[in-house]
Amino acid sequence: MDATTHAGHLHKVHSEVHHDHELNFWQKYIFSTDHKIIGIQYGFIALLFLFFGFCLMMMMRWSIAYPDQPLPLVGGLLRAILGAEVMPEVKNAAGQVLGYAMGPDLYNAFGAMHGTIMVFLAIVPLAFAAFGNYVVPLQIGAPDMAFPRVNMASFQCFFLGGVVMFASFFIPGGAAKSGWTSYSPLATVAERAYLFNGQTFWIIGMVLLITSSLLGAVNFIATIIQLRAPGMTWMRMPFIVWAQFVTAFLLLLAFPPLEAAGIMQLMDNLAGTSFFLPSGLMLGGTTPMPISGGGSPLLWQHLFWFLGHPEVYVLILPAMGIVAEIISNNTRKPIWGYKSLVYSILAIGFLSFIVWAHHMYLTGMGTKISTFFQTTTMIISIPSVIILTCLFISLWGGSIRFNTQMLFVLAFLPMFGIGGLTGLPLGFNFADLHLHDTYYVIAHFHYVVAPGTIFALFAGIYHWYPKITGRFMNEFWGKVHFWLSLIFMNLIFQPMFLQGMAGMIRRMYNGGATYAGAPGLETDAWWTSVPFLKSLMYSILSSPDGSGLPKWVLDMNKDISYAAWFLGLAQIPFIINFFWSIRNGKKVSSDNPWDATTIEWQAPTPPPHGNFTKPVEVHRGPYEYSVPGHAHDFTPQTQSEKDAKTHAGTPH
Amino acid sequence: MEIPFVAKARPDTGLYNAKVGIWLFLASEVMLFGAIFSAYILLRVGADPGTWPHGLLNIPIGTFNTAVLITSSVTVVLGWSALKMGNFAAYRKYQAVTILCALGFLGIKTFEYREKFGHYEVWLKNPITVKHGDKDVQTDRLLGHIDYKGAHPLFWKTATLAGAPEVKDKSGKVVKAAVPPVESFKFEPDPYHYTMSSKEIYEAKKHAAGQPHTPIEIKSADVKRLSAFVPAHGTYFAIYFTLTALHGLHVLVGALVIAYIWGPGAKMWRTNPEQYMNRVEVSGLFWHFVDLVWIFLFPVLYLL
Repeated sequence: MDATTHAGHLHKVHSEVHHDHELNFWQKYIFSTDHKIIGIQYGFIALLFLFFGFCLMMMMRWSIAYPDQPLPLVGGLLRAILGAEVMPEVKNAAGQVLGYAMGPDLYNAFGAMHGTIMVFLAIVPLAFAAFGNYVVPLQIGAPDMAFPRVNMASFQCFFLGGVVMFASFFIPGGAAKSGWTSYSPLATVAERAYLFNGQTFWIIGMVLLITSSLLGAVNFIATIIQLRAPGMTWMRMPFIVWAQFVTAFLLLLAFPPLEAAGIMQLMDNLAGTSFFLPSGLMLGGTTPMPISGGGSPLLWQHLFWFLGHPEVYVLILPAMGIVAEIISNNTRKPIWGYKSLVYSILAIGFLSFIVWAHHMYLTGMGTKISTFFQTTTMIISIPSVIILTCLFISLWGGSIRFNTQMLFVLAFLPMFGIGGLTGLPLGFNFADLHLHDTYYVIAHFHYVVAPGTIFALFAGIYHWYPKITGRFMNEFWGKVHFWLSLIFMNLIFQPMFLQGMAGMIRRMYNGGATYAGAPGLETDAWWTSVPFLKSLMYSILSSPDGSGLPKWVLDMNKDISYAAWFLGLAQIPFIINFFWSIRNGKKVSSDNPWDATTIEWQAPTPPPHGNFTKPVEVHRGPYEYSVPGHAHDFTPQTQSEKDAKTHAGTPH
Repeated sequence: MEIPFVAKARPDTGLYNAKVGIWLFLASEVMLFGAIFSAYILLRVGADPGTWPHGLLNIPIGTFNTAVLITSSVTVVLGWSALKMGNFAAYRKYQAVTILCALGFLGIKTFEYREKFGHYEVWLKNPITVKHGDKDVQTDRLLGHIDYKGAHPLFWKTATLAGAPEVKDKSGKVVKAAVPPVESFKFEPDPYHYTMSSKEIYEAKKHAAGQPHTPIEIKSADVKRLSAFVPAHGTYFAIYFTLTALHGLHVLVGALVIAYIWGPGAKMWRTNPEQYMNRVEVSGLFWHFVDLVWIFLFPVLYLL
């Protein structure tokens, strides 16, 4: 590595931040107003929830592959914690208890909470709040966020929301069971037995999370508008700052309608109103429920998806920002089409507010409305494709450094591409009639979020880890983590496209066994002994006769489940690497170990409270790599033209 | 470490941080109230023709409350401009009026709520004849007040008529005594129903003005449904209470913030007058927004 004065030697932080010694542990790490600590807090909690949400799914995959069979390892534990009624006994012919299976109610609760946790407690806090908090103020040369105490309140609301969501598993009746979308009237009538039921906890948790993201969004936008360092003009901002800026606007404006909807659903649950309950609604009988009626189930869906679709872009835009940073840094080239990226992401921001009803083609809202939303949905794919194309072209002619973060980013591009392109058939209302609510949909959005966003987030962790801790994560185990994750992610989600197209619908605790019927293909060819290949060959060779799900569709459940459990094992290298490297990783030799251009690498490692030891002045754009005539293949944003040409050190 | 532009405006944006923050926050609030207003539109458009209640709210009181809020908006501006001129004493006086107006508004609103909780609609199993103005009308839906054993009860619903069994705790001790069922109750019917047109309601009310109520006896067995004017009554009152309660919460929080800046937070006027004026301005902006919501809310719920 180039460790000349140009790259900047390692700052001696401790002598400069003596005032930090006055803070005790609680002030410094728990009730901190420092954007970097808050970012780390967000990141840590979000990673825990990411793991927890994945564990829920690994247990659900057992029920899908082996319905009503004893859940291994944790069956007894779940029965002890969550109660006998949700974990029924499984007996053999002799009446002997073999173990405890996952009941349908528990599957529903896990399914609803998997979605809720992954979206609102894992990905958004990690992509937006954690990376945004840590990176954005540093990259624009600000000492902190515009409102540090509001920032702390934002984290505390998030934490409280997480506690409420987590606690809901242990209350009588269990956690919310009506899907992460909580459609009414199901969500209102599903758990009438308890007043403060899982759904009520869900709404209260959501209100806390929405408050948290509101405070965060206001803070981010105000910070980016007000606290850019001298010389940091709008078009000199790194792309990730733009991405977080647009994301913050989406959170600011799209979340309140869900909060309004949550308040109304809470009224339906607790005050007996009928916002979302139609007249004449009957529940398990022939007598209408004792309610006024007159409400509209569609109203909930409109309000939910008015948040829900911008939320998709909240999940993906920060990931695109991370990808742009890492591509530019590791190809040693400016990003191709910076301005196109910026204008595209602004266009996505606007358009994402007028596509929401493409989630509702099957509600009978009418062909005219469907056509409108189908059109806007096709239009929004244009800026997305521009962004992806720019990122692909950025690779052209670069001498690429294949470190772990770059591998994750290189995988992000095709994975996100698959996720995006498979969304087009869902955006057309006639194709959606067939695919709606099938495993095809699950595969589609997981390709966007799991090997898409999560890969970008992993890349971001490997990339900024040296700035945060002063040490590198282990490269070898990073690459093991990458290759295993890539393989198993695809083995999980690729077969789901086939299952979905064969007609297998979502949210069935027994993985479609109820609808089994079409005869299997009887053969003893060699490929029947190879998992995955077997299912793939069956899917090609057998033709569904319309009498139910073919056998290969159900067989695939087992393949997918094994892939999911192996993906879980594949995260072990990451988890160990992550904690081990904090104390034992290779130390960085400079403040700028990746030879990057953006300003966060000019700050001391780790940056002290207040970030920079000298006033920051910005002289150039964010991606000036390999500029002809400059002394090095990277020119930091803070470097003047004269210094860049004459080998003079970066001011620090 | 100091955050730049807390007190002074940033030259190229012309704004201090909190001003950017409050406008963004208000944009979010617009979306929050906007969502409930659009729910109102969707539910009203989707209601069966002629069933959307109107004419049930107290318009004179609502108008008075509107005036109270507008007054508070004026005094907020007067207080802020007085502060800008360096006249702290005048600011204190004006802002005191603002806080009193806020409390007055909430007090009047509480009175209005209470009035609704004791006002009922009864759905009967068989139609009876009542007087609407000077006309005799056959109807199975009555509005009015319940007179039960000389009292005007609040919050009655259909289930109330059936009484309630006694409630015991785990040791068998009686926690709540049994409530006997209501056999019948006196009802003072209003001379109108909201299914009538506004003009008919107006004329019926005018005709009935000054005439004594003639209570009728209603047997519980004849009642199909009974509801006070509470959120569960129907989607109209559901949205009315949700919207006004959420607005009331905003009034309360706004008043608390203004009161804090006015009282214990006023020390800052001596140490950092510039930032203090910013705080007054920002809280004032929020206050104007709260007023503005009411300006939309009043005609939509009371007049339309």
